[in-house]
Amino acid sequence: MNELDARGYSCPEPVLMTKAALKKGLPLKVLVDSMTPVQNITRFASNAGYQVSHKAVGEDFEVTISR
Amino acid sequence: MVGFDSSDDAAVYRINDDTAMIATVDFFPPIVDDPFQFGQVAATNALSDVWAMGGTPKIAMNLLTFPSCLSLDAVRGILAGGYDKVMEAGAVIVGGHSIEDKEPKYGLCVTGFARPEEILTNDGAKVGDILVITKPLGTGILSTAAKAGLLTQAEYDEMLAIMTTLNKKGQEAMLPVRPNACTDITGFGLLGHVQEMAKGCGHTIELWADSVPVVPKALELAKDGIIPGGAYNNMGYLAGDVAVDAGIPLERSDSFYDPQTAGGLLISVPEARAEELLHRLHDLGVPGAAIGAVLPRGEHLVHVRASR
Repeated sequence: MNELDARGYSCPEPVLMTKAALKKGLPLKVLVDSMTPVQNITRFASNAGYQVSHKAVGEDFEVTISR
Repeated sequence: MVGFDSSDDAAVYRINDDTAMIATVDFFPPIVDDPFQFGQVAATNALSDVWAMGGTPKIAMNLLTFPSCLSLDAVRGILAGGYDKVMEAGAVIVGGHSIEDKEPKYGLCVTGFARPEEILTNDGAKVGDILVITKPLGTGILSTAAKAGLLTQAEYDEMLAIMTTLNKKGQEAMLPVRPNACTDITGFGLLGHVQEMAKGCGHTIELWADSVPVVPKALELAKDGIIPGGAYNNMGYLAGDVAVDAGIPLERSDSFYDPQTAGGLLISVPEARAEELLHRLHDLGVPGAAIGAVLPRGEHLVHVRASR
């Protein structure tokens, strides 16, 4: 599993980091620290044709992107 | 005449039977990197509230905070940008105040005047009115993209032109048509300000999603997940009051929550005079569009339909 820690970055950075990380392989797990990047990554990934899901992990969120 | 209780754009004080004074203040951190452009945007935004209330801005005072590391040229640039827009508005800067702070912030305290009977509030919309908007949406999304260098020069210029266009001409076109209500679209996004208007008059406002002008690049960016956190905050607090019909593209409804800087006027005008308003706006070069209507109170304060 390809992983990316985008905690501590504000938008639009987490989406741009996710875009770059997708090139390294799927599935991709992205860790973010608020709902704004969760929603932005979900919009980007589903519009690009990927499956996206997310869950809360403590105070952070984990977004999983797959084919 | 107008104070805290109606969450309107500015305070209004009746001086005598002929004159009402309109007072408003607004300032924020840089939304664009160029100091002169930032000054222009902040001033355009601060002046707007006076026009939205039906008045004419006359006196403005600078509010400025800046870190000691900021160059004198940058400070001069910000103030020159503000001065430029206040001049264009036909008002004068008569002073101001600056303090040192970690982050630069700039804005204006603006005083304007109107005849008391010409004051326009955001709570006067009537059933049968048509809603008209005078600028396209998308500046929040676009400025988020600009921060990451995702805009071409032409796209950046289009965003800047929207944020530095005074609502002066929009108001000039609107006043003779005698609207029932007016506000300007800023941080709460289109839907936040429509909800305020609906709440104020107690009716339901219906929006036609495909009639709302949105900068095409902003829709493209919204699809790509380049949406500012403020839009999601707006979505959160408006959730109970706004119903969005199925079938409306997500990027389009997202743009209706996008916080705007120096957005356009939102005008509620009787249907019989709506065409005249649109003609007057277009004659003055203002891109007005009819985007919705005021209906008897329904289930939600705001109902977004796919089309008219």
